[in-house]
Amino acid sequence: MTMETTRAGTTVAPASRALDVIGGDLTERSLRRYLEGIPGVDAVGLEARAAALGTRSIKTTSKAWALDTIIRLTDLTTLEGADTPGKVRSLVAKAMVPDPDDMSTPRVAAVCVYGDMVPHAVEALGSAHDDGAPGRINVAAVATAFPSGRASRSVKLSDTSDAVAAGADEIDMVIDRGAFLSGRYGQVFDEIVAVKEACKRPDGTYAHLKVILETGELNTYDNVRRASWLGILAGGDFIKTSTGKVTPAATLPVTLSMLEVVRDWHRLTGEKIGVKPAGGIRASKDAIKYLVTVAETVGEEWLQPDLFRFGASSLLNDVLLQRQKLTSGRYSGPAYVTID
Amino acid sequence: MSRLAVPKTYKLYVGGKFIRSESGRVYEVATTKGSFSVSSVNAAKASRKDARDAVVAARAAVSGWSGTTGYNRGQVLYRIAEILDGRRAQFAEEIAAFEGVSVSTATAQVDEAIDLWVWYAGWADKYVQVAGNGNAVSGPFFNLSVPEPTGVVAVIAPQGAGVPGSLLGFVRAVAPVLVSGNTAVVIPSERAPLAALSLGEVFATSDVPAGVVNILSGSPAEIAPWLAAHADVNALDLLGAGELEWVDLQIAAADTLKRVLPPEQGPDAGAPSLDRITFFTETKTVWHTKGLL
Repeated sequence: MTMETTRAGTTVAPASRALDVIGGDLTERSLRRYLEGIPGVDAVGLEARAAALGTRSIKTTSKAWALDTIIRLTDLTTLEGADTPGKVRSLVAKAMVPDPDDMSTPRVAAVCVYGDMVPHAVEALGSAHDDGAPGRINVAAVATAFPSGRASRSVKLSDTSDAVAAGADEIDMVIDRGAFLSGRYGQVFDEIVAVKEACKRPDGTYAHLKVILETGELNTYDNVRRASWLGILAGGDFIKTSTGKVTPAATLPVTLSMLEVVRDWHRLTGEKIGVKPAGGIRASKDAIKYLVTVAETVGEEWLQPDLFRFGASSLLNDVLLQRQKLTSGRYSGPAYVTID
Repeated sequence: MSRLAVPKTYKLYVGGKFIRSESGRVYEVATTKGSFSVSSVNAAKASRKDARDAVVAARAAVSGWSGTTGYNRGQVLYRIAEILDGRRAQFAEEIAAFEGVSVSTATAQVDEAIDLWVWYAGWADKYVQVAGNGNAVSGPFFNLSVPEPTGVVAVIAPQGAGVPGSLLGFVRAVAPVLVSGNTAVVIPSERAPLAALSLGEVFATSDVPAGVVNILSGSPAEIAPWLAAHADVNALDLLGAGELEWVDLQIAAADTLKRVLPPEQGPDAGAPSLDRITFFTETKTVWHTKGLL
């Protein structure tokens, strides 16, 4: 208890968003008071709303548009211990030309790899990675001891700055769920601020920071909402549901609750934050439900790569099969897409 | 006081589960004789999306079913005969009521179907020896050709309620497909689908893995074109498609290089033969060096 009270007065990093919203006296105590003052989530209502949004019927031309949009919003991902430079090169090849039989297929938004694979991804992308290139593909790197986040601050920061130095455009960081669940919000907050600073490039620009909440470990919708606020206040450009290594990963209700925070933040400050559901989205049909949810919650303007992404690996193949079905009029099969 | 009849809901059999059509549709199948407990029943009417789901289920079952040994597949097919034998009376009653034949004729059809399962079960660990070959080549190599299952086979079972009968026709079409390790999506007789749908219950209780046989009652004219054009179907058995525009089906199937068996008519349609087994196989040839001492 004494420790709690001592720490409560500790000041936390003076992130500008938090200063604006919470006020000048930015301490562990004021941060906690703010986060715990956020109204709770009506879980039943949230799930019912998500289920209702999932019943929309999207057909023909709307479906074709939705499928292309899903591809454009995809972070094509490989995050395996067994990843090799060759695997990353074939991932990049698929990112650039998702369907060699149909060159009208759009490119994905980014490839998402572990930090040490960033140089291989950058090299394989070549001119497709240049600023202003048509159909530019970003390189996203997971950092901060992904997926557990269990490492010292210095390791997490050098993990991040290494990836940025190697050419990563986007950093997917994990929050310290242990600290969050024990109520040490200030520690989580400071860490995000520090990682954001580590995203700074020599020319003064920043790599985009996606904050992974790992909602599967946060247990309640209230925690998801609180963590979303925390991630945004600390300076995250995107809030992302999961690492994909924990079940449950992205679900529609969880994503909906995060979108609601983003909507509220936009109303409060006029600033647009991105959302990235990741993990467990394997079917086009599910992905379309996410598009509907985004359009109905924050608006259609969010359906662009700067503000919404899917973190997925097998989703792309299913979208390609659906695309082939729309083009040819017959059902396609797994033999007509690559084995990743 | 007479007891209320409890009519059975005849549902599709897809992926080892008895499901209603995703479309919610049913169609009426009327008895031709008054001996059955009700005068007509509703059978599920499959849609193209049911066909799509059935192909997914069949594809998922290919590796497991084709991966079992021929001996093991034979045991499972024999088990079908055993379970079917235990339910002869039920099948005879359904066939008699819905095909308009006498109970003794119906029983004879059931018996023939049972015997046919046993006959095809025997082939499961033998057809490779007959259809495969050790080829003579001019060089120090063993050169072996072996038949392997082609994958997912779409089957249109004989449609007439008469010869060879709804149950026997179904078994004649499906059994040879299964012998080598293929999985099947089958459209049974539209007019008399009940024996086939009840046979689904036999599959479900006789060690046949889920998805190996999928049964879609309904209109072949509606579903068959989707199966014929489906890129994930490897072969098409048009045995009972004589009344359809089957040349169109053949053309649709050619787009994705499917093997296609043409329709047959009359009492000998789909008569048991080794050719029906080997038609749904692909030949794999292996070269291997002979050891030099």
